Amino acid sequence: MEKYIIEANVIEKNSFEDKYCLLKLTAAQPFPDMRPGQFVQARINAASVFLRRPISINFMDKEKNVLGLLIQLIGNGTRALAEIRLGDKLNLILPLGNHFNLTPHSSTEAKLLLVGGGVGMAPLLFLGSYLKNDGYEPIFLLGAKNKCDLVQLKDFQKFGTVYASTEDGSYGEKGLLTQHSILKHNSFDQIYACGPKPMMLAVAKYAAANSFPCEVSLENSMACGIGACLCCVENTVDGNKCVCTDGPVFNINKLKWLI
Amino acid sequence: MADLKINIRDLALKNPVTTASGTFGYGTEYADFMNLKKLGAIFVKGTTFEPREGNPYPRMAETAAGMLNAVGLQNKGVVYFAKHIYPKIKDLFTSVIVNVNGSTVDSYVSCAEIIATLEHINAIELNISCPNVKNGGMAFGISASGAAEVVAAVRKVYPKTLIVKLSPNVTDITEIARAAEAEGADALSLINTILAMAIDVKKRKPVLSTITGGLSGPCIKPIAIRMVWQTFKAVKIPIFGLGGISCWQDAVEFMLAGATAVQIGTYNFIDPTIALKIIDGINQYCDEQGIKSVSELTGALET
Ligand SMILES: Cc1cc2nc3c(=O)[nH]c(=O)nc-3n(C[C@H](O)[C@H](O)[C@H](O)COP(=O)(O)OP(=O)(O)OC[C@H]3O[C@@H](n4cnc5c(N)ncnc54)[C@H](O)[C@@H]3O)c2cc1C
Ligand SMILES: Cc1cc2nc3c(=O)[nH]c(=O)nc-3n(C[C@H](O)[C@H](O)[C@H](O)COP(=O)(O)O)c2cc1C
Ligand code: FES
Repeated sequence: MEKYIIEANVIEKNSFEDKYCLLKLTAAQPFPDMRPGQFVQARINAASVFLRRPISINFMDKEKNVLGLLIQLIGNGTRALAEIRLGDKLNLILPLGNHFNLTPHSSTEAKLLLVGGGVGMAPLLFLGSYLKNDGYEPIFLLGAKNKCDLVQLKDFQKFGTVYASTEDGSYGEKGLLTQHSILKHNSFDQIYACGPKPMMLAVAKYAAANSFPCEVSLENSMACGIGACLCCVENTVDGNKCVCTDGPVFNINKLKWLI
Repeated sequence: MADLKINIRDLALKNPVTTASGTFGYGTEYADFMNLKKLGAIFVKGTTFEPREGNPYPRMAETAAGMLNAVGLQNKGVVYFAKHIYPKIKDLFTSVIVNVNGSTVDSYVSCAEIIATLEHINAIELNISCPNVKNGGMAFGISASGAAEVVAAVRKVYPKTLIVKLSPNVTDITEIARAAEAEGADALSLINTILAMAIDVKKRKPVLSTITGGLSGPCIKPIAIRMVWQTFKAVKIPIFGLGGISCWQDAVEFMLAGATAVQIGTYNFIDPTIALKIIDGINQYCDEQGIKSVSELTGALET
């Protein structure tokens, strides 16, 4: 897919405590076609930040030409990004990377489980909307510290059934997402997961033990985001592969994780 | 419009702005963003005789105005390059220069011999300065005798333009520069990355899998400028200046210090079109200063 450098405009910004920030962006030119799983490289105008930061496409409204990014504030880069104001410009390179399997099954009755932990939920909203639009009924399993961290709960509910785990039990089941009861007596035709590495590893183990097909979206740190620097590699059965071009989405069978 | 053309032995560049090895892939990665033919030249990814998997992840750490990398020369080897990559890129650019690496003198020589057979490649850049591999690489670049040995051996098998890339991780870079010149190098490029280290305080562990890595980006520019200036005074062969260039003013600074041409490295990651902006900026600067040929800038520093 052809890549573009676009000056986007911030048209809406929602901050959730000091933890998350949701940006809606538009641009003078139409955004190109983008697929769930793909990401942007956002340039951050702050003296303390040098490299761009990779952020998943959280949603895309083609008709209105609106792109959404959900950002978790962890360090200098994401904090500076969240300082952006309405009307400010944000320079993006997009769309980057591969995408989730968008034709997971011949039947739209297939059981598709989308597992998102923390800000790993971000790409799954776009994926859920895409699958729903294609006639599937996605099932979401979301994990967070508490109810407040499930910042897009209502949006997820538009596209399928939502289950959740919170560490404090303030919403859904109490505990880790990978201990959720929905995983106990069910079978799935496809699992998609994004989140912290230990969570993805646990999901991958669960999927492998039950022979469910499973894709994970990795968040290796990046410099260029376009396959030029080879900084973002993941060790796979086919050798070192760039997460920014061969990923971020990988079938768990390709990874050398101890599953 | 000033004359931007540069000649370095039989290498004719349409302008002095090129892209640095390891930061521009094989160029195709940037094809969506620019007309690649506008570049003076592209230095492709570090290439070795044998295929290399590179170092384990993590290979990158950001720092103030720069980054550390520990890629470790991941590439599919020179035979794969010649068969599968060269045919795809040979017509995309005005000039393609291959960055040649090795772990022994023989492996540098074998790699250079294969590149010598590729008609559209008019130059190699001999990298004797990679800080990210255990054997070879920088080991040759940190002593005058090591540099002399590998340059002499490659010179015997490589008849076209031979550029030698120097390491800044030395006490006196001019000593290495003179040794390379004496053994027949046609040009030098400097600097490669600076040996550096970063620590994750939460984990009390190094950020990079290799513990140390190479520092690049705007934070290294003043060191690079100083080394280009010192080297310019010490040798007669032309210099490609690089290290932290992020705008046309930086490029001009390198030329005034003695560089004949420049390479843009890490900043390509921040702005993939930066090289073209720098070409335009240099051109405008020349016009404003009444400079007819960009080569007048080389070493024009007034002290
Ligand atoms: C393909 C892709 C998609 C992503 N999508 C999103 C998204 O939609 N929303 C979002 O909020 N974030 C997303 N991320 C993660 C985001 O890029 C990082 O959180 C961000 O780069 C951190 O920058 P920072 O300057 O805020 O933190 P830093 O100062 O760089 O880091 C703060 C701390 O977090 C750790 N850390 C940072 N990045 C990583 C990493 N990649 N892996 C492990 N540890 C890390 C650092 O070691 C440090 O301790 C994505 C990453 C990738 C690769
Ligand atoms: C990710 C990365 C990979 C690199 N790989 C190579 C390489 O293979 N061969 C080489 O000679 N230099 C390599 N370099 C060094 C650059 O070509 C350049 O010398 C250095 O980064 C300084 O310039 P800069 O500050 O403009 O980036 C690499 C640099 C980076 C950041
Ligand atoms: S981040 Fe540069 S190759 Fe992936």
